[in-house]
Amino acid sequence: MVKYVLKRLAFLPLVMFGVTFLLFFLLQFLSPEMRASLYVKDPRQLSQLDAVIEKYGLRKPMPVQYGIWLKQVAHGDLGYSETAKMPVADAIRAFFPATFELTLVTFFPILIVGVFFGVLSAVYRDRLLDHVTRFVAITGYSLPSFVLGLLLLMVFYGHLHWFPPGRYTLDTDMLVHGSAFHHYTGLLSLDCALNGDWAACGDVLKHLVLPAATLLYISVALLLRITRSSMLEELTKDYVRTARAKGLPERTIIRKHALANALIPVVTLSSLLFIGLLGGVVITETVFDFPGIGRWGVQAAQQLDIPGVLGSTLLAATLFVLANLISDILYAVVDPRIRVGN
Amino acid sequence: MQRLRGIWKTLRRKPMSLLGFALIGFFFVVAVAAPVLAPPPVGSRDPYIIPQSGYSPDPVRPSKEHWFGTTEQQYDLYYGMVWGTRTAFRVAVKVVATSVLIGVLLGGAAGFYGGWVDEVIMRFTDVVLAFPDLVLAVVIVAILGPSLDHVMYSVMAVSWPSYARLMRGDVLSVKERDFVAAARSLGASDSRILFRHIIPNSIYPVLVVASLSTGSVVITAAALSFLGLGAPVGYADWGQLISLSRNWIMGASGSPFAYWHTIFIPGIAIFLFVLGWNLLGDAVRDILDPRQK
Repeated sequence: MVKYVLKRLAFLPLVMFGVTFLLFFLLQFLSPEMRASLYVKDPRQLSQLDAVIEKYGLRKPMPVQYGIWLKQVAHGDLGYSETAKMPVADAIRAFFPATFELTLVTFFPILIVGVFFGVLSAVYRDRLLDHVTRFVAITGYSLPSFVLGLLLLMVFYGHLHWFPPGRYTLDTDMLVHGSAFHHYTGLLSLDCALNGDWAACGDVLKHLVLPAATLLYISVALLLRITRSSMLEELTKDYVRTARAKGLPERTIIRKHALANALIPVVTLSSLLFIGLLGGVVITETVFDFPGIGRWGVQAAQQLDIPGVLGSTLLAATLFVLANLISDILYAVVDPRIRVGN
Repeated sequence: MQRLRGIWKTLRRKPMSLLGFALIGFFFVVAVAAPVLAPPPVGSRDPYIIPQSGYSPDPVRPSKEHWFGTTEQQYDLYYGMVWGTRTAFRVAVKVVATSVLIGVLLGGAAGFYGGWVDEVIMRFTDVVLAFPDLVLAVVIVAILGPSLDHVMYSVMAVSWPSYARLMRGDVLSVKERDFVAAARSLGASDSRILFRHIIPNSIYPVLVVASLSTGSVVITAAALSFLGLGAPVGYADWGQLISLSRNWIMGASGSPFAYWHTIFIPGIAIFLFVLGWNLLGDAVRDILDPRQK
C-alpha cells in the first residue's frame, strides 16, 4: 500500500511539470511585451518593459524561458497580479479560503442529498419516486449555473432581498479587517463565530446560501446517478438474495448489506466531486460576485493578467491532480483487488 | 427495417427519450426555418447580427412588435433566439464532431502502434486532463482573443482527451481479436487494418460518450460567451444574450421582475436545448449499448 502511494506521488511532479509546460507553451502565442508583465511586481515598473524582456530573455526560445520561470517559482515568486492588485502568492492566500469555504458548505449537502435520493431511487426503481428524482436530477444537470444563478438572484435578491451577492456586507467587512479580529482558520463563518460575533457569522452564511444552492442543484445529479446504478447492481447480487432468503427485513438488507458495498464508488468519487466543485465554482463565483479563486481567474483571463491566469490555473490543476491521487488511493483502500494488481 | 423497428420499440418504452427527440427536433426545425421565422432586415449583411430598434439602454418588455421584448440597447430578443438556435447547433455539432475525430485518431494511433507513440500521446492527454475543463478553456480563449470561433477551438481542445483515452482502451482490446490477425495474414496494410477493421469495431463507446457529453459542450461554450469571451455584443448567441441580462436582474424600483424576459427566455432555450441533448444521449446509450440498460 505504501509502495502504491509513493509510486503515485512520484508521478505528481511529472504531471505538474507537464501542466506548467503546456501553460507556458500557450503563453507563447502572446507578444513578449504582454508576457513581460509576469515579472513586473509593481505597476510603477511598467515603463521598464524592455529591460524586463531583456532580463528574462522573453525573446529567447521557449524552453530557456521556461527554465527561467521555473527558477522564479522555486524561489516562491509567482509574479504580480494586476486584477487582484497584489502579488499572486498573496492573492491565492486571500481568495482560496473563500472558495474553500463555499466548497465545504456545498460538499456535505451534496453527499447527503445525492446518496439519500440515489438509494431511494434504486430501491423504488421505476416507481414514481424514481422517475421524479431522476427527472429533477437531469434538469439540474442540464441547467447552466449562470442561468440558475441569475434566476435565483432575481427572486431572492431583487424581489425578496434575502440573500445579497458578494461575501459579506460592509459592516462585516469593517469587522474582519479590523485589528481586533483574529483569523483562526480563514473560513470566515467559523472565524466570526470564534470571535464571538454571531451577527457577522450569520451575515457570512447568508451570503453563502445562493451560490451553495446553485452548486448543489447542478452537481448533485452525478452523485445521484452513480449511487443509484451502484445500488441497483448490489441489489441483484447473490448475497442480497441470501439475506432475503434468511428472512431479514428489507430495511436491514438495504442499510446493512447493500449500501455498504454500493458506497464504494461513491467514496472514491467524492474526492473528485470536491475538486470538481473547487474548479467548477468559476462561473458560480462570477455570477454571485463571490471573491474566490474562480472569479479571480476569470477576471485575470478577461483582462489578460497573465500572472493571475498562471497562478489561478496552476492552483486549480494542482488541486485536480491531488484529488485524482486521493481518489486512486481511496479506491485502493476500499477495494483490495487494486492493491493486489500492483 | 427490423433494426429501425427495434429502435422504435426501445424508445417507445422511454417517454423521456421521446421528449429528447422532440426537443432537438423542435430546435432543428427552428434553426432550418430561421430565415422564415425571423427574416433578416432588408440590407442586412450578416443575418446573425441582431437588428436594433433604437439605442436606449433599458430593456423593453414583450409587446406585439417585439414578441420576446428587447435586451439592453434594444436588440430584438425573438430574432436573437431564432438565429441563436443555428449558432447553438453549429457550436454543438462542430465541437463534438471535431473533438471525437481528434480523439479517435490520436487514441486509435496510441492503442494501435503502442510503444513511444502511445507514451507521447497518452502523457500529453494526461496533462490536458489534469486541468478542470472550464479553466483551461478560459485560458485558451483569453490568449486567442474573444470570438465564437475561438470559443469552439478552446472547447475542442479540452474535450478530445477523454475520447482519446477511451478509444485507446478499446483499440487495445480489439486489435488482439482474430479478425485483425486474419486481415493481417491476408496482407492488409497498417492503415487499412486500422481504418477498416479496428476503428469501426471500437468506436461505439466513444459515440455513446460523445452523445452524452454534447449537452455539457453546449453549456461550456455558453459559459464562455456569458463571460464575455465569445461572440461580440449583438451576435445571435444565447450565452451572449444571457450576459446582456446580467445588469437587469434587480428589476425596476417597485417592480422587481420588470426585466424577467431578458434572462428567462434565453435561459429556458439553453436549458431545453441541453436537456434535449442529455435525454437524447441517454437514448443513444440505450440503443448502442444494451448492456447498460
